[in-house]
Amino acid sequence: MAVKKASLKEKYRLMTRGLDWETTYQPMDKVFPYDKYEGIKIKDWDKWEDPFRLTMDAYWKYQAEKERKLYAILDSFSQNNGQLNLSDARYLTAIKLWMQGITPLEYAAHRGFSHVGRQFRGAGARVACQMQALDELRHAQTQMHAFSHYNKYFSGFHQANHMRDRAWYLSIPKSFFEDAMTAGPFEFVTSISFAFEYVLTNLLFMPFVSGAAYNGDVATTTFGFSAQSDESRHMTLGLEVVKFVLEQHEDNVPIMQRYIDKWFWRGYRLLALVGTMMDYMLPKKVMSWAEAWGVYWEENGLALFNDLSRYGIRLPKYHEIATKEKLHITHQAWMVFYTACPATAFHAWLPQPYEMDWLSEKYGETFDRFYRPRFEKFGDLEKAGKRFYTNRLPLVCQTCQIPDFFTEVDNPMKQAVRHSEWRGMKFNFCSDGCKDIFVNEPEKFCQAYIPPQQIYQGNAGGARTLAEYAAWLRCGMGTESGDYYSSDDYANWLKWHGERDTTPSSSAAAQP
Amino acid sequence: MQDKVFISFQNNDEARPVIDAIMEDNPTAVLSEMPAMVKIDAPMRLVVRRETIEKNLGRAFDLQSIHINLISLSGNIDESEDEFILAWGRR
Amino acid sequence: MSVEIKTAIIEPVRLTFDHLEARIGKGKAATRYQEAVHDMQSTQNFHYRPTWEPELELFDKRRTAIVLEDFDQLLDPRQYYYAPYTLQRAHQQELADGNFDMVEKRAMFATLAPAWADKIRRLIVPLRHAEWGANTANCFMSAYAYGAPFNSAALMQAMDRLGIAQYLTRLALVLDDHNPQILDRGKELWLNDPVWQPLRHVIEDGMVLKDWFEVHVLQNLLLDGAIFPYAYRHFDQAIGSQGGVAYTLVTEFMRDWYAESVRWTESTIKVAIDASAANRAVVESWVKAWEPRVRAALTPLAEAAFAEAAATVVESIFTDQAARRVKLGLAG
Repeated sequence: MAVKKASLKEKYRLMTRGLDWETTYQPMDKVFPYDKYEGIKIKDWDKWEDPFRLTMDAYWKYQAEKERKLYAILDSFSQNNGQLNLSDARYLTAIKLWMQGITPLEYAAHRGFSHVGRQFRGAGARVACQMQALDELRHAQTQMHAFSHYNKYFSGFHQANHMRDRAWYLSIPKSFFEDAMTAGPFEFVTSISFAFEYVLTNLLFMPFVSGAAYNGDVATTTFGFSAQSDESRHMTLGLEVVKFVLEQHEDNVPIMQRYIDKWFWRGYRLLALVGTMMDYMLPKKVMSWAEAWGVYWEENGLALFNDLSRYGIRLPKYHEIATKEKLHITHQAWMVFYTACPATAFHAWLPQPYEMDWLSEKYGETFDRFYRPRFEKFGDLEKAGKRFYTNRLPLVCQTCQIPDFFTEVDNPMKQAVRHSEWRGMKFNFCSDGCKDIFVNEPEKFCQAYIPPQQIYQGNAGGARTLAEYAAWLRCGMGTESGDYYSSDDYANWLKWHGERDTTPSSSAAAQP
Repeated sequence: MQDKVFISFQNNDEARPVIDAIMEDNPTAVLSEMPAMVKIDAPMRLVVRRETIEKNLGRAFDLQSIHINLISLSGNIDESEDEFILAWGRR
Repeated sequence: MSVEIKTAIIEPVRLTFDHLEARIGKGKAATRYQEAVHDMQSTQNFHYRPTWEPELELFDKRRTAIVLEDFDQLLDPRQYYYAPYTLQRAHQQELADGNFDMVEKRAMFATLAPAWADKIRRLIVPLRHAEWGANTANCFMSAYAYGAPFNSAALMQAMDRLGIAQYLTRLALVLDDHNPQILDRGKELWLNDPVWQPLRHVIEDGMVLKDWFEVHVLQNLLLDGAIFPYAYRHFDQAIGSQGGVAYTLVTEFMRDWYAESVRWTESTIKVAIDASAANRAVVESWVKAWEPRVRAALTPLAEAAFAEAAATVVESIFTDQAARRVKLGLAG
C-alpha cells in the first residue's frame, strides 16, 4: 500500500519520537533517576510539542553552511588584520569580558544540556536538548577561534582560562551557571532556555552584537549573529518546556513560578554586566541599556507573560524593581569597573566628553544628578595625577556575587544591603530578590565559593593584598589591568595607527 | 494594546527575499533597521510564507533554511513546509 | 582607508593562549582543534554540589574508575571540533541523500528477494532502537566525562547515533513505500521478539551504569564491534546476491561512519590503558564482564539472518574483535 509522503511534523515524529521505549529489564525510574525529585509531575511525555523539527541530516546541512561562512570571515579577518579597523581598542574590554565570562558559560551550557539530554524521559525533549548541547559547544569553540586573533595583539585574553575559576568578578557568571547546572533538570531548562535565553539574551545578542558591527568588530558580529541563529531554536525550546510542564499538571504551576521568579532575577542581575558593555564599552553607541530594557523586556517580555497568564503564571517577582533600576545599574557597575580594574583582566576609563553627553541624553537627570558629578570628580583626580583605584576587595552578595554597589530603588544615594541568618551564620545580599533566593534554598547558597572570603582565608595563592591577588590571577598593571590610557593596549594601538588616537568624536559616534 | 511578536534577521542579501516576503504578507508589520540586522514587529501574529519567498527568489526555497540568517524571535511557533507562524494566543 | 596601515608590520604580542602554550610550548601557534577543546572545562572552586548527585562535584574525576593525570589526553585523532565535524557529516549526508533518492526513484528495492526484505524488516529495522540506546550511552558520556576533549567527541558520537537511527527509519520507510507500520512492527519486535531480547537487555543494563568509561567500552568498543560488522558487513554481503544493492546504497553512511568512529574509540581506550596497569586491568575486567553478553545478544540475530552460516559469521566477528583488542594492548 502506497502511503502519501509524511508532512514535516509527521516525518519528524517518525524520525524521533518512536525511537525510545519503556524499559523492562531495568526500571524506568532507575534509567531516568533525576526527573521526578523536583516534584514536577509529567503525565504524558507524548504531549510534548517539538519546538523545531530538524532531523540530523538537515541539522548537519544547515549548520555546516553556517560554519563555512563563519570561518571564511574569521580567516579573512585575521589575514587582513581586521583588529585595526575597530572604532577604538577600548572596545575590547567588552570582548575580554565576553571571553572571560561568557564563553565558559557556553561550554557549561553544552554540559548542562548533555545532562538533561540524557535525563529527560521523553524522546522529543531529549533530542531538542541534545541538539542544543551541540550548538552550545559550537558557540564556545567559535568564540575561542574568534578571540584567538585578538589574543595575539591585545592583553587580557591569554590567561582567561586560568582566571575562569579564580577571579572575583568571574565568580558572578560562574556561580550563575553552576546554580542552574546543579539544580534539577526542569529547573535547569527553565533557568537557561526560558528565563535566560527567551526572556533575557535578546538584550545581549541583538543590541550588543549590532553594536559590535557598528564598532567594526567583524569577528564578534559574525559569531554573535551566527550563534544567535541557533539561539532562536533554543528560545523556542525554552517556551515549549514551560508550556508543556504547565499543561501537564496544575501542581507544577507554583514550582514553575518559583523557578521563573528566581531565574528572572538571577539573569537580570547577570545582565548588569551586559548593560555596562552597551553604555560604556562601545565607543560608538547603538542603544542604551535603558532603551534595550524598554524594547526587549517592557515590550517583548511583557507580551510573553501576557500570553503565559492563561496558564496561571504571573510576571516574575521584582520585575518592576528591575525596570526602575534601568536608569541606574550600568553607571553604578561602571564606577566599580573604573575603580577596581587593577584586579581585573580588562581596562577601564572615564567616559569621554562626547560619551558623557550621550549618557545625559539617554539617562537625563538620573545621569546628570547622580553619576556625572562622580565621573567629573574622578576626572579631576586624574588631571592631578591621582587616578583613583580602590584597594579593597568588595563585599559581595551571597547569591549573585556582585559587589555591593546597587542602591535602594527609591534612593540612589543609599546602598542596598539585606541580611539573613542561617544556622548561626550571617549572609549579605544586594537586594530582596537575591535574599529571597537564598531563603528558599539556604543549604545550596551557603555553599557558594565567595572569592573575597577565600582570598582572606589564604586560598588565592596566599595573596594578602589586591596586587598580590592580581598577580595570582596573572594580571599586571598596564598589561592586563588598570586604566586603558596607561595600558600597553593603548600604546600599541597608537603605534599601529601611526600615533593617531582613534577615539570617536561625538558626531561620528551618533546613531546613523 | 495588542502584544507584538517579532522576528529578526541578519541584514544580508540572502535574507532579503525572506524579509521582503514577510513585509508583503504582513501588512501590519513594522520593520526597523539596526547595524547589520533588521527587526520586524507585528501585532499578535506574523507569518513567513514559502510561496512568497519563492516568488521573490524565482526558485524553490526550503523554509527551514531561514534559520541560517535568523537572529531572534518572540512568539509561539507553528512550523510546516509552507508556513512559519509566530503568534500569541492559545495553541 | 589608509594604505600605510596595511603595509606596516604589525607584530603579534603573543602567539597563543597561556593554557595552550603550557601544552605545546612557547613560540608556537595552536591549532583550532587545540583551541577548541583544551582546558575548556572548569576544574575547581565549584560553587554548589549537584542536587542530583550531592556526593560528587559538578565535574568530578571520580565518575570513572579510570585514573589519568590529565584527562585532556583523551584526544580525538580526527581532531573534530564543531566545524570540521559538521562539514564532514554534511558531506556524508549529501551522499546519503543522493543514494536514498536514487533507490527511491528507481524503485531499487523492488528487485530484492522478498525473503530478504522480510529479513530487513525483522532483523535490521529494530536496530533504530539500538541506535537510540547508543545515543543514550554517548550522551551520558558527554554529560559526565571529565574534560572537554573526550566529552565533546562523545556528544558528536551521540548525535551521529541519532542520525543513524534516522537513516534506518528512512530505510524502512523507503522499503515499505512510506507506510509507517513497518516502524511500529519493528518496535514491537524490539520489545518482544526473542531474537532481540538479549540485545535489548544488555543495552538497558548499560543505561544504569554509572562509570562513563565503562559505558564507552561497552557501547563503542564491544556493542558496536559486534553490531556494525553484523548489519553492515555480513548482512550486506549476504543480501548482495539477493538483489540487495539498494541496501548497500542506503547503509553506506553507516559503513563510512563506523570506519571513522573506531579511530576515536580505539585511540581513547589506548590512552587510558597505556597510562597504567591499573587502568588496563579495569578495562579488561569490563571486557570480560560484558563481552559474553554481547556475543549472546548477537547470536540469535545472526542465526535468524544467516541460518547455517551463522556460527561462522559470529565466530569471525568475535575473532576479529579479539584480535583488535590485542592490537590495542588488551588481553584478547
